[in-house]
Amino acid sequence: MADILQINNVTKKYSDHVALNNVSINIPEKSVFGLLGPNGAGKTSLIRIINQITGPDTGEVIFKGEKLVQKHISQIGYLPEERGLYKKMPVGEQVLYLAQLKGLKKAEAKKRALIWFEKFEMQTWWKKKIEELSKGMQQKVQFIVTVIHEPELLILDEPFSGFDPINAQLIKNEILDLRQKGATVIFSTHNMGSVEELCDNIALLNKSEKILDGKVKDIRQAFRTNTYKIAFKGNLMGFTNAMWAGGEILEKSTEDGINTVILKLLNNTSVTQLLQAVLPTCEIHSLNEIIPSMNDIFISKVNEGNNVVGTKSNYTE
Amino acid sequence: MSKIGLIVGREIKSKITNKTFIIMTFLTPLIMIGAMAMIFWTAMPEKIDQKVLVIDNTHMFEQILRGNDFISLTFTNDKIETAQEKFQKSDYTSILYILGGAEGTIIPTARLFYKKNPGLAFQTYIKNELERIFYEQKLKANNIDPVVIANAHQPMQITMTKVDENGSVKNSDEIQFFSFGMGLLMMMFILIYGMMVFRSVMEEKTNRIVEVIVSSVKPFELMIGKIIGIAIVGIAQFTVTVIISSVLGIVLSGIFLKDINNLKTKFDNQKQIVNKLGSNAGAANLAIDDSFHDNKKMFDVIDKLNKINLFEVGLYFVLFFIGGYLFYSSLLAAIGSAVDSEADSQQFMFPVMVPLMIGYFLAIKIMISPESNSVIIGSFIPFTSPIVMMARIPLGVPTWEVLTSLVILYISFGLTTWMAAKIYRTGILMYGKKTSWREIGKWLFYK
Repeated sequence: MADILQINNVTKKYSDHVALNNVSINIPEKSVFGLLGPNGAGKTSLIRIINQITGPDTGEVIFKGEKLVQKHISQIGYLPEERGLYKKMPVGEQVLYLAQLKGLKKAEAKKRALIWFEKFEMQTWWKKKIEELSKGMQQKVQFIVTVIHEPELLILDEPFSGFDPINAQLIKNEILDLRQKGATVIFSTHNMGSVEELCDNIALLNKSEKILDGKVKDIRQAFRTNTYKIAFKGNLMGFTNAMWAGGEILEKSTEDGINTVILKLLNNTSVTQLLQAVLPTCEIHSLNEIIPSMNDIFISKVNEGNNVVGTKSNYTE
Repeated sequence: MSKIGLIVGREIKSKITNKTFIIMTFLTPLIMIGAMAMIFWTAMPEKIDQKVLVIDNTHMFEQILRGNDFISLTFTNDKIETAQEKFQKSDYTSILYILGGAEGTIIPTARLFYKKNPGLAFQTYIKNELERIFYEQKLKANNIDPVVIANAHQPMQITMTKVDENGSVKNSDEIQFFSFGMGLLMMMFILIYGMMVFRSVMEEKTNRIVEVIVSSVKPFELMIGKIIGIAIVGIAQFTVTVIISSVLGIVLSGIFLKDINNLKTKFDNQKQIVNKLGSNAGAANLAIDDSFHDNKKMFDVIDKLNKINLFEVGLYFVLFFIGGYLFYSSLLAAIGSAVDSEADSQQFMFPVMVPLMIGYFLAIKIMISPESNSVIIGSFIPFTSPIVMMARIPLGVPTWEVLTSLVILYISFGLTTWMAAKIYRTGILMYGKKTSWREIGKWLFYK
C-alpha cells in the first residue's frame, strides 16, 4: 500500500527545547494510524507541521509523493484537541465559513452541510448560536467542520473526548465509514482501547523521538511474553508439580472449585508440552494466550525510555 | 486572496450584526449632538419674563437702571415692609431692594426677594447693571468723564497671520482648538478600532478556533483579513456618524436658527454702532454691552472655520487614520495573540499606549506653541505622526511635509505588520505560558 504521508527526519526546535528530534514516520493510505505518546512527547508539534501551521526546522514532509505545500490544506481535515468555534456565530454560517476557508464553493458547502446536519439529526440547529448548544452538540458541529470538505487525510486529536458513549460510537462509525470511502485517518489519543479497536498502524513518540512504530497486530505479537491464562479443575499443587520447570506461575486464584493461573512458559516449553505434562493431574476448562494490550506496551516502552534518559519533560503541549 | 476576502467578510458581518455595535453607531452621534445642543441651549439666556418692583433708597439708579426684553422694572417709593406685604398678591415676580450706604459714600447693597428663583442670568444682569451704573455715577460725581476712562480701558487685539513660503497669508489663531480636536479625534479613532482588532484576535485565541482556522489559511492572511475588515467597519461607522451628525446638525440649527439670527442681528447692529463711533471708541464701548466682545470672538472663529479647507482636512484625516490605524492595529494584533486574557495584556499595552499619549500631549502643545521642535518632530515619527500632523494640518503645513510624514507612516506600517505577523503566528498557538518580552523577541526568529 502506498504511503499518503511520509515524514522524513523531521526536527523541530523551539528556543528552549526540542519538540521533535529526527522523527520519520510513514503513514499508509486508507488506514487508521495511531499517533501515540505521553503528554509533551511532540504529537501536537508533529500534527501542526502536517497542517502547515508551523514548518519543520530540518527534514521534509511528503504528501502523496509531493512535497507538502499550501495547496494541500484543502485535502487535510484537522480536529484539534482543544475544540473551538465562534461562540456568537450561528451554527450554519460557521460551518459554511470554515468549509469555504478549506476551499469549498458556498453552494457546495451548503449542500454538504445539509446532508451532515440531517445525518446527525441537527437540522434545527442551523440558526442557533454555538453558545446555545451543549458541549456534545458543539463537538458534532466541530466534527462536521473537520470532514465537510471530504479530506483525504483526516487528523483527529482525541476525537472522543467530550462525547457520551452513544455519540462516541456515532463518531467512531463515521471514522470507519470515512476510511471505507478511502480517507486516511491519523488518530492521536491516550485511549488505548480505541487504538486497538480502530488503528491499523501506530507510531509511539516519547521525549521528542519516535520509539516504536508498525502494525498494531505485529507490535502486539512482538511484545508477547509467552504468558497464558489457564483455568482448570483439580489440585493446584499437583498442577504445579506436573508443570515442573516448564513454567512459572505469576498469579493464581480459585473460584467455585476452579483454579485460574497465569503462567509464563520457561525453558522453551511449548503449550503442547505443558498441556501434556499437566493433563493427567487436572481437567482443563480454558486456555488463552495473554497478548499484551497496547496500554501495557505504551506504559512499558515509555517507562523504559524515561529510565534511560532521565526525568520526564515538563513541557506541556 | 479569496480567503482573505472571506475573513474580511466574516469580520465585518460579526461586527455589524452585533447589537451593541449597531446601537453605539447610531447613539454616539446622537449623544454628541445632543450634548452640544444642551450646552448651546443652557448658554442661551433664560426667557422667563421677570416683573421687578424696585425700591431704591439711594435714588442713584432711578431712571437709569433699565430692564431688557424680558425684564421689566417698576420703581416705587413704598417702604419695603409695605411692598413685601403686597408682594404675594401682586403680579411682580421679585422685589429688588437697594439699600443706601451711609451718607452716600459707602457702596450700596441690594437684596432680591422672589417667588420663584429667577435664575443666574437674571442675577448676573441685575448685578452687572447696578455695578456699571454705580461706577459711572461715581465718576460723574467726581467730574470724570466716563468716556475718558473707557477710552483708556481698551482690550488690545492681536491678529495672528502666518506668511508661508509662497507669500500667501493665513490667519491661524483661534482655530487651534479645532486643530486639537482633529488630533484628539484621530487618537480616539486609532484607539477604538485598534482595540477592536486586539479583542477580535484574543477572542479567537481564547475560543481556540484559531487552530482550526490556521490549518486552513496562513496566520498572516487571518491577521490581515481581520485588520482590513475592522478598518472597513471603522470607515463605515465614521461615515454613518458624519451623516447622522450632519443631518442632526442641520435639524438642530433649524431649531436654533432664530436664536442665532437674533444674536447675529444684534451683533451686526452693535458692530454698526462701533463702526460709526469708530473715532471715539470709548463712547462706543459704553454704547454696547459686554456680550458684544464675546459674540465678536465667536463670529470671528466661525468666519475662520469657514475658511478652512474641510475637504483637504477630511482627505488627510482619512489617509492618516488608515496609516495610523494599520500601524497600531498590527501592533495590537501581535499583543492580542501573545496573551491569554485581557488582564495579562496590561504590561504589553503600556508601551503602545505611551506613544499615543505623547501624541495627545503634543496635540495639546500645538494650541500653545504650534511650531515648536517637539511638535514638528512628533509629526514625522510614525508613533505620533497621525495625531500630531493631523492637529497641525488645519493651521497650515507645507504639502511636502504632509506627504513625507504619510510616506514614513505607511513604510513603518509595512514594518510593524511584518513583525506583528511573526509574533502573531507563534503567539496564537501559545497557551498557558506566561509571555514575556524576551519570549516575544524569540518568536520573531522562529521559522
